[in-house]
Amino acid sequence: MAKIGIPHSLFYYYHYPLWKTFFEILGVTVITSPPTNRLIINKGLNLAVDEACFPIKVYFGHVEELCKEDIDYIFLPRMVSIEKKGYICPKFMGLPNMIKAALPNLPPVIDITIDLSKTDKKLKSDVIKIGQLFTDDNKLIKRALVAATNEFYLCRSLTKQGYSMSEAIKVWAGEEVNFSKANDLTICLLGHGYSLYDEAISLNVINKLRNLGVRVVLPEYLERKKVEEYAATVPKRVFWTLGRKMVGSALYSEKNPEIDGIIYLACFGCGPDSLIGEIIERKVKEKPFMLLTIDEHTGEGGFMTRIEAFCDMLKRRREIIYEGNFSTYG
Amino acid sequence: MKVTFPHMGNTHIPIKALLHKLKLEVIPPPPVTKRTLELGIKYSPEYACMPLKINVGNFIEAIEKGANTVVMAGGWGPCRFGYYAQVERDILHDLGYKFDMVVLEAPDFKFSELFNQVRSLAKNVSLYEGLKAVNFAWHKLNAVEVLEKKLEYLLPRVINKREIEKIYDEGLITIDKCDSKIELKSIVNEYMNKMEGLSLNNAQILKIGLIGEIYTILEPSTNYDIIRHLGRLNVEITRSIYTSDWVNDHLLGSKIKKSNRKHILTAANPYLDYWVGGHGWETIGFAVDFAQRGFNGLIQIGPLTCMPEIVAHQILGRVSNEENIPTMTLYFDEHSGQAGISTRIEAFVDMLKRKNFACTNEYVEKGVVNCSIT
Repeated sequence: MAKIGIPHSLFYYYHYPLWKTFFEILGVTVITSPPTNRLIINKGLNLAVDEACFPIKVYFGHVEELCKEDIDYIFLPRMVSIEKKGYICPKFMGLPNMIKAALPNLPPVIDITIDLSKTDKKLKSDVIKIGQLFTDDNKLIKRALVAATNEFYLCRSLTKQGYSMSEAIKVWAGEEVNFSKANDLTICLLGHGYSLYDEAISLNVINKLRNLGVRVVLPEYLERKKVEEYAATVPKRVFWTLGRKMVGSALYSEKNPEIDGIIYLACFGCGPDSLIGEIIERKVKEKPFMLLTIDEHTGEGGFMTRIEAFCDMLKRRREIIYEGNFSTYG
Repeated sequence: MKVTFPHMGNTHIPIKALLHKLKLEVIPPPPVTKRTLELGIKYSPEYACMPLKINVGNFIEAIEKGANTVVMAGGWGPCRFGYYAQVERDILHDLGYKFDMVVLEAPDFKFSELFNQVRSLAKNVSLYEGLKAVNFAWHKLNAVEVLEKKLEYLLPRVINKREIEKIYDEGLITIDKCDSKIELKSIVNEYMNKMEGLSLNNAQILKIGLIGEIYTILEPSTNYDIIRHLGRLNVEITRSIYTSDWVNDHLLGSKIKKSNRKHILTAANPYLDYWVGGHGWETIGFAVDFAQRGFNGLIQIGPLTCMPEIVAHQILGRVSNEENIPTMTLYFDEHSGQAGISTRIEAFVDMLKRKNFACTNEYVEKGVVNCSIT
């Protein structure tokens, strides 16, 4: 039985159920790298150029870790675009080439180009071509694709119960996940999924907040239609898919009375974040907003202090509701 | 309507000519200085790339001089540049500056939008006059570029480097002032002759390819004038980006002159086979092309956190190994120090000289190479 390796990083947190189901129906064993740890991070730091952003560096580490396993193929999709007229980021577009340049002795690479910016017809035929590597049965491939898409939506629907994507994947795989259901405060936590849901990259910010008695609202939890509606209010359509989701979520949260404050987790050196963070900061004026920047040097103590201070501030703000309230933007 | 636009190297000369011929009152921003950058840094997002910061500085200084309309280019990603205009407008409006912004970009939905944008600028001229203005600007652009290329070729070769830089600077000012196509020709000839008339040295010339992001390559204030700096070290620079090639490829559909873009992208294919926004793909393509043409080394430059150049940077190491060409990458931001940059450039050039010019007595005596290190 063929074995395929999928790195436990980047779009793993969005698309893992899809690819796992697809490959398993075709009779392929899926092997993932372990969740991010310090060893993987260090490997990534050695391989990637200094200027790359943190999640990309971590991805390099995951790929190297996977190469140690006994795998026949490694799955490194080129994520160009996952919707019409929207892009992810230039680094994702060149990622398979970056990996190949840094790691010359890779196992055979399956690099499918996922580009829905113009049409989705090409993608389907590409996926079928991948399937043909493992089976000649075209009907089975098509059935696998349908089943995989269903599993993907099933997993994503779990986020409506308050799970983060990484927890949703665990629940989907049959594990039990418990988290504190306290809801003293409600904070909308924004950021790119691949940094937010990776516990090592985000310094486990989701559970840190939950332990402080916060109900954490994640971008997937918010109603998609509303998010799009609010995102459309900025003068120019944001052409980064994830960036647009962030702008929409932030503006929607500002108007949503349930939500007390907004935290944006950005990665240092992230191109889209540098402008999206600025736009949100300038537009969100009615709710407290905090931008946290992380990279491989982030100290957990300083991080914790800022989160605690933000929560304390939100609590105090709630108690003093009269006209002398401090403005949220100085 | 008093129109201004952002600086990018010598492009202000043709842009000014174009807007002027469209019968608009043009107020170009003052040359980029330390104050420009400081203003930009103060008001721009912390880790936005450097061109945005200089743009903001340019606009503030131009508005201070009386401009009330800002013309800016746009785009639809994935490079950050496409969203520059939006962020810049928000920043300046929040600062209380009053102005209109005209963003020229390929339209998202309707082509009529672009037409309206251009029309709103060129209200007072007929279509014929408009085309004539474009033609004149194109000629000015080419005139500027002829001088630029001549300087890149001659600066390492002449003895009196200060003199040739002086002639070049004067040439640009004269081209900027010139108002007719016929005059333009004689100006170019005059300054070419002046430059060629200088006496030459007989030093060994290194050939280095300058690749990377368009703004940092074209704007000397962002790259610490790296082209002249290298020229003074007897290095002949060939750039991967010349404005006329860019205009020809992207705005005029490669109709005006022959384009080698296809060849360049094919050269990149074994290393990078996909478009990554900005000039990342071209950077790799030119790296391979320059290596195959026998250049001695490559210097990649870009603003810090530039996404396409990071992709290219990661791949450049492999190009360097397989095509056997030394490369160096320099990122620029507001903290780059002149001395540090100089040291790195000089060390790179010394290394190339030692690698390429045999350590014969002849060269040691002339001082071209220093072989004293064991």
